[in-house]
Amino acid sequence: MMNDMTRVERAVDSKAIKIAANKVQVYYGDTHAIKDVDVRIEDKTVTAFIGPSGCGKSTFLRCLNRMNDTIDICRVEGDILLDGEDIYDKRVDPVQLRAKVGMVFQKPNPFPKSIYDNVAYGPRIHGLAKNKAELDEIVEKSLRRGAIWDEVKDRLDAPGTGLSGGQQQRLCIARAVATEPEVLLMDEPCSALDPIATAQVEELIDELRSRYSVVIVTHSMQQAARVSQKTAFFHLGNLVEFGETGQIFTNPEDPRTESYITGRIG
Amino acid sequence: MALSWLLLILLALAVIGYFTGRSRALASAGGDARELHSLPSYYGYNVAMTALVPALGVLIVWLLVQPMIVNSTVSGLIPDQAIPEGSDRGLIMSEVRRVADGLSGAVATGAVTETQAQDANADIDELTKALKDAGQVLTQDITQPILVAAQKYRSMTGTGSVAMQVIVLALALLGAAFAYVRTHKEFRARNVVEQGVLALLLLAASIAILTTVGIVLSMLFETMNFFQLHSWKDFFFGSTWAPNFRGGSELSILPLLWGTLYISLIALLVAVPIGLFAAIYLSEYASGATRALAKPLLEILAGIPTIVYGLFALLTVGPALVALFGEGGALGVGWMASSNAVLTAGLVMGIMLIPFVSSLSDDIINAVPQSMRDGSLGLGATKSETVRQVVLPAALPGIVGAILLAASRAIGETMIVVMAAGAIAKFSGNPFEAMTTITTRIVSQLTGDTDFASPETLVAFALGLTLFIITLGLNIFALYIVRKYREQYE
Repeated sequence: MMNDMTRVERAVDSKAIKIAANKVQVYYGDTHAIKDVDVRIEDKTVTAFIGPSGCGKSTFLRCLNRMNDTIDICRVEGDILLDGEDIYDKRVDPVQLRAKVGMVFQKPNPFPKSIYDNVAYGPRIHGLAKNKAELDEIVEKSLRRGAIWDEVKDRLDAPGTGLSGGQQQRLCIARAVATEPEVLLMDEPCSALDPIATAQVEELIDELRSRYSVVIVTHSMQQAARVSQKTAFFHLGNLVEFGETGQIFTNPEDPRTESYITGRIG
Repeated sequence: MALSWLLLILLALAVIGYFTGRSRALASAGGDARELHSLPSYYGYNVAMTALVPALGVLIVWLLVQPMIVNSTVSGLIPDQAIPEGSDRGLIMSEVRRVADGLSGAVATGAVTETQAQDANADIDELTKALKDAGQVLTQDITQPILVAAQKYRSMTGTGSVAMQVIVLALALLGAAFAYVRTHKEFRARNVVEQGVLALLLLAASIAILTTVGIVLSMLFETMNFFQLHSWKDFFFGSTWAPNFRGGSELSILPLLWGTLYISLIALLVAVPIGLFAAIYLSEYASGATRALAKPLLEILAGIPTIVYGLFALLTVGPALVALFGEGGALGVGWMASSNAVLTAGLVMGIMLIPFVSSLSDDIINAVPQSMRDGSLGLGATKSETVRQVVLPAALPGIVGAILLAASRAIGETMIVVMAAGAIAKFSGNPFEAMTTITTRIVSQLTGDTDFASPETLVAFALGLTLFIITLGLNIFALYIVRKYREQYE
């Protein structure tokens, strides 16, 4: 584990703040799921959310692109600022927001369409391409960024659901990248994948860092250590500790963090 | 001894068998149920089952077979010259059965002695009078051959039922004794009872299937009779439907098929968009409370008897359409002369099909995984874009299946078209005219005074069989599509 961590670059001080969350509270009906969370997510950085199941890390992630709006009983309080603008402001259209803050889900969920149509879905909806040639270009660029172009370039008309699990997840990442988001949210993107596919996706996440701010929820502490520069540890709806990944894993300040990363709670 | 007594005795035997079997099993284990292979009640069930099942089986088969044997033997006794002009053997046989029943009835009331009833040389006039005085129903005077046949019938039936009772009771006793002797703590009664349960379920399933086969076969034989009397070319390829009970009818299915398909098409044009949009609203947009209220309300529509829809068409929709499209109507076009029209029937049938389409589509749309919607919403698509471009394409095969099932209901629908579509068989594209369908013609050919030997009546079976094959084909196709779709996400 130590070897993994030394591999990761830690020059993160100079990055701009992309998302700032202040005093965020989330309620599911009467349940208080997220309590007083403050977090600064930096641009061009991979931020990992770790914590035991049910600690609220996925819930908080889904607040960042207002996916929680689709759940009737869910209520969010506090401010979340994207580039200084409150995303829960009345004037913000959640649909536009989600084009800027892309999301990759736990289980690969390609649409039952061709590989091409899967990637072209977002650009078509948002009118990003003027003509077919431009659309082709966007699709190719996105598939390249998703590190899957070489595997599918000869069968773009094949159904996306026919790919292997790891390929499907990279296709979903390419699909999310195609709308030119500024932030990519990933909700346990590797939990349904085998180790080889996981390694490929992790490598891809590291590449994506050069363009996007990436937030990843993971159950695997090794994964958090491998891919992230910043780590946030959630426990029972509280943000217990947030800091540089190396710091969190080698010298945690809070005893709960230490218990979790050494496997005593979780 | 009456059949009900026999059944009661069998039941009593089974109950006694249950308790003796149970207590014998317990006794063999020294009163400790834990020593037994199965729970004590299984041993009881085993004895009861072994007593009942073979006995009941033989009873049922006997009841089915005995009348056939008796009938064929007795009908052989009636000479051909005893059958009067204009009658047939079947009619004489029912007369024989009536006389036999009459004799038994008269003997039971004491109006005729048993010796008199069995006397082949009895005075026919006297016997007829005695039977009529005893209040037994006779449609004509008894003749010598009928009397002889009736006496033979009585004696065979009597012997038969005595033999049946003896054999059935013996079987029940033997079965009970066999199971009782086998009852021991090592005996695996639980497994035997399990086999019995399996057989019971299998029986229920095969009865359902055999009934279908029976229906098809009975239709098939009548249809073959029809094609012996009427040319199949006229039926399938003719252009006119003009039944005439004096003969020389033109009986072609095509004008009826046209009417059926035209009305069904209009019904689907009404039901599919409305039903589908209702399903999309209910599954994608409606809040939990709305859904809980609206879905059952919509499904109430499906519980309304079709005759009520027919009345609705006749009293409300038809006159309303005439007021709109008729002579001097609101639109002033004068297209519609009578409230009986293709449009009336189609509209009302469409209303009837709405809950059918919406309920099936709703289930299918709900079966599309939430992750598809999340993926689309996460890319910045709106709800309606998500529905249009992701949910509906994913659900499309299932929705097509639902529409095909609705179509086969529309084709087979009878009451609404009887009341609202009119009775004129013709090829016409005008939806304001009256037309008729296969189902309504079946009704009209079979109601009233009918003669089951004329093609005008038998054509109903050919129509019914064709209709059955069309809807069966549609249903199989629909189920195939639905099933293919289901495999996609599992």
